[in-house]
Amino acid sequence: MEPIISIKGLGKTYAGGFTALQNIDLEIQRGEIFALLGPNGAGKTTLISIVCGIVNPSQGNVTVSDFDIQRDYRSARRAIGLVPQEISTDSFESVWGAVKFSRGLFGKPPNPAHLEKILRQLSLWEKKDNKIITLSGGMKRRLMIAKALSHEPSVLFLDEPTAGVDVELRQDMWEMVRGLRDSGVTVILTTHYIEEAEEMADRVGVINRGELVLVEDKKTLMQKMGEKELSLQLPEPLQKIPDSLADLPLRLNGDGSQLIYRFDIKSENTGIAEFLRRLNSANIEFRDLHTRESSLEEIFVNLVHGARREHEKQLSGETQE
Amino acid sequence: MNLHGIGAIYKFEMARTWRTLMQSIASPVLSTSLYFIVFGAAIGSRMGEVEGVSYGAFIIPGLIMLALLGESISNASFGIFFPKFSGTIYEVLSAPVSAFEIVAGYVGAAATKSILLGLLILITARFFVDYEILHPFWMITFLVLTAVTFSLFGFIIGIWADDFQKLQVIPLMIVTPLTFLGGAFYSISMLPEFWQKVTLFNPVVYLISGFRWAFYGVSDVNLGLSVGMTLLFLVLCLTTIWWIFRTGYRIKT
Repeated sequence: MEPIISIKGLGKTYAGGFTALQNIDLEIQRGEIFALLGPNGAGKTTLISIVCGIVNPSQGNVTVSDFDIQRDYRSARRAIGLVPQEISTDSFESVWGAVKFSRGLFGKPPNPAHLEKILRQLSLWEKKDNKIITLSGGMKRRLMIAKALSHEPSVLFLDEPTAGVDVELRQDMWEMVRGLRDSGVTVILTTHYIEEAEEMADRVGVINRGELVLVEDKKTLMQKMGEKELSLQLPEPLQKIPDSLADLPLRLNGDGSQLIYRFDIKSENTGIAEFLRRLNSANIEFRDLHTRESSLEEIFVNLVHGARREHEKQLSGETQE
Repeated sequence: MNLHGIGAIYKFEMARTWRTLMQSIASPVLSTSLYFIVFGAAIGSRMGEVEGVSYGAFIIPGLIMLALLGESISNASFGIFFPKFSGTIYEVLSAPVSAFEIVAGYVGAAATKSILLGLLILITARFFVDYEILHPFWMITFLVLTAVTFSLFGFIIGIWADDFQKLQVIPLMIVTPLTFLGGAFYSISMLPEFWQKVTLFNPVVYLISGFRWAFYGVSDVNLGLSVGMTLLFLVLCLTTIWWIFRTGYRIKT
């Protein structure tokens, strides 16, 4: 299938010499929800800003719906809706005026019925005549989404869409994003909340220090890089792991009341049967047990820390040379 | 051409004018009326004619220019500065609008407001002094040309300014003194010869002179020179804006 966004060899070095992005290759498939994860300053917003035309790239090229973002910027931008990280609105404008402005700006003729539909979907219809300054933070964020959707884009960029919103609103937004995907809109979101990516994304990209560390189908990523743990609740806490079990991948929790066995999801022989047999031989009893897969957050932290360690190693190597 | 885009910016800016009617229209009309009362009706009645025109009528073109220059710069600079300040500029930059269309929307709205204001002041002046317009076509031409040119200049200031002080500094410290010293209240022939020559370096002299000629057929400098200087400033502003969008100066990283 033809990707809706194609990024090749993209790089951005600012005037001061800071390299925000280097050699990014990425393809976004039509109709997917793609989550871009990365620590602060990793380059997520720069990447989005380049695709949307707010920042000029230093090298590489980007196409949106087969239109080059620089040569065919009109066609490329018509396809894009952007919800930036910061809530930036004209405080004294009305909600209706703001969405009407956005639609016109993107070259679309007036369509009050479409704007009404969006405002109703986002529970803003009752506030359509209110000045933006009177809206709550959550409503302002929903208004930003309404503005981005006003010109019926086929690609929606959400830069940290749920930063600072309450749990209920976050759930509503997730629901709305899924609805958009179902209606054929491609959604690219950046987020600090890994649970958000875990909950919604079809694919995940991890960006760190301006480099795309990996791009993977979320389920595959969690299977490929995830680990599983078997936790046993002990009736009598242990001071330390018995010598007879020392060769197993075991650890105790803080007060010794839980014995945790780590195993590989992909492995055919998880070793659980052998572990339980040896536990019995060591006369260690347990009153409860449960298993847990590593979350996307743990995978993400491992990836970013791994890359950081690698970077520091390289730096110290260069210093020694 | 994204006509809907131009229309959206234009209507948005005009809507701001109607929201702030007292500040945008009523206040400049009132302050210019005070000039007419003080210099036209009160002091003007005790002064002689200047170049065959009563003093009250003589100052009308200069006062309209004073308001026109100030308002054109202020409307256009604020129009583009505020989205930069509030962050809403992201939407304009990410929209399928060209540099020309952005400028047409913002500058078109700023110039429209200034022209409306100029005409309102002209109508208001009728309550205080009698005047005539010998060359209405040229009067409108100068009004439109000056409003557009100084709205472009205001747009440049709005892009350049990164705080509210900078937004005010050029209109208050440079444009207003140049207008006062550009013959708004006197004919430059009334100055000593040396200062007459110095005054010719003030671009506002050419605007006021041309505009006054359209009213009364008297001018400090040749009409062709007035039109030429106004067009030259227009071209300079357009070139600067072209450079701004080409390089992304203070609007794009």
